[in-house]
Amino acid sequence: MIEFRDVDKWFGSLHVLKRINLKVSGGEVVVVCGPSGSGKSTLIRCVNRLESIQSGEIIVDGQSLLDPKFDPSKLRTDVGMVFQSFNLYPHMTVLQNITLAPTKVKGLAAGEAEKVAKELLDRVGIPDKAGVYPANLSGGQQQRVAIARALAMKPKIMLFDEPTSALDPEMINEVLEVMTDLAHDGMTMVVVTHEMGFARRVAHRVVFMDEGQIIEEGKPETFFGAPQSPRAQQFLGKILSH
Amino acid sequence: MDFAVVINNVGFLIFQGFLGLGNFTGGTLRLAVPAIIFGFILGIFIGMGRLARSRWIYLPATLYVEFFRGVPLVMVIFWFWFIIPVVVGKSLPEYSVALAAFVIFEAAYFGEIVRAGIQSVPRGQAEAATATGLTRAQTMRHVILPQALRNMIPSLVTQCIVLLKDTSLASIIGYVDLTKAAQIVNNREIRPFELYLFIAVIYWLCSYGMSRYARHIERRLAVNPA
Ligand SMILES: Nc1ncnc2c1ncn2[C@@H]1O[C@H](COP(=O)(O)OP(=O)(O)OP(=O)(O)O)[C@@H](O)[C@H]1O
Ligand SMILES: [Mg+2]
Repeated sequence: MIEFRDVDKWFGSLHVLKRINLKVSGGEVVVVCGPSGSGKSTLIRCVNRLESIQSGEIIVDGQSLLDPKFDPSKLRTDVGMVFQSFNLYPHMTVLQNITLAPTKVKGLAAGEAEKVAKELLDRVGIPDKAGVYPANLSGGQQQRVAIARALAMKPKIMLFDEPTSALDPEMINEVLEVMTDLAHDGMTMVVVTHEMGFARRVAHRVVFMDEGQIIEEGKPETFFGAPQSPRAQQFLGKILSH
Repeated sequence: MDFAVVINNVGFLIFQGFLGLGNFTGGTLRLAVPAIIFGFILGIFIGMGRLARSRWIYLPATLYVEFFRGVPLVMVIFWFWFIIPVVVGKSLPEYSVALAAFVIFEAAYFGEIVRAGIQSVPRGQAEAATATGLTRAQTMRHVILPQALRNMIPSLVTQCIVLLKDTSLASIIGYVDLTKAAQIVNNREIRPFELYLFIAVIYWLCSYGMSRYARHIERRLAVNPA
């Protein structure tokens, strides 16, 4: 579903992704973790071309991002993304947030898009918030709307960039539950998170990054139980001691 | 003090000077209102141009802003008055010259307000829109501009007030705006204090009205705040 082949990326002179090779198959849930600044966000932002790469190749759902015929807009309808800071549109209601892309990008009729949006709000557990503005929602509710907004395009892949890091502890679970459901429905997911409980329960594979490189990857039980590299051991020691 | 002079000439001052409905080419509002509308529309494109990726767009846009911000408005009006006839081959009416000069000059200022407004919208907004497949134009139109516009309101109002008052500069090419109308009456009646106090009150009411209205809009938009 997603394949990185020898991908390198620089921000100016800063080498942020170094020879990344990674394969994510359909239906797989991959958790990416690692210290701050290690390139996790950059890695997943390359998948939907929010960032461009300088060398190597990324293939998403059979389309190579290097292909001259490649259409980023088409790709992005197949890849949903959820951000740490929600990024809901503050001037639109919850319903408008969700229906904007389906109507403008896919040309769905307003009524049809609203029907889909309401089903999705139901699915993320806030069916009664359609007419509300984001500012009047809790953080957890906002993030669930953001998930619904991404799902409204019926993506084949969902990318999550620290979806619970900006949330108060009591709201983290409501978002993780939605993500867990999504995983159980067979969605292909790449999740940057430090929620180790979620990773253990839901992920098929954990990828550990440091300084732009993939240092280690493996099944959650192996990675958390017996991390191989000293850097992963050190990292896990730090986050588990909290 | 004798305000009879104002009462006797109120028709000329208001209809001719302020509204531009008299026999002479003129009118403060008749110049200010379209200048604001068209200047702002042109300003939107210039402001967006300043943020364009392509240097073929942002360089001209930047040059435009830097140039017109660096010269006095009076001079632009003079240029248009003397240069357009040379270029076009015939002289244009005062109104067209004044309006063109104002729109082109003010667009530089509106452009900067638009640019600042667009930049005030957090980057995550555009990223979220892009990530759902919206094109750059759709992102601008549906996500960025509506939020930017709201943030621009205070600076826009200030600029509109400045523009309204600056319309009196058009009198240098014979345009009879409110200030010029007062001057004409004064030349005959020699009652400067009463006349200029009267037009000051009119300018002030317009400016105050605009800022009150802007505050009202801001408050209404704040019902569904960011
Ligand atoms: N737009 C950018 N321009 C320049 N440098 C950037 C940019 N975005 C990220 N970087 C740098 O690239 C490196 C990797 O950043 P990235 O955001 O991918 O890390 P991360 O692993 O997601 O970290 P965090 O856990 O803090 O989110 C960092 O050193 C960061 O400062
Ligand atoms: Mg990050």
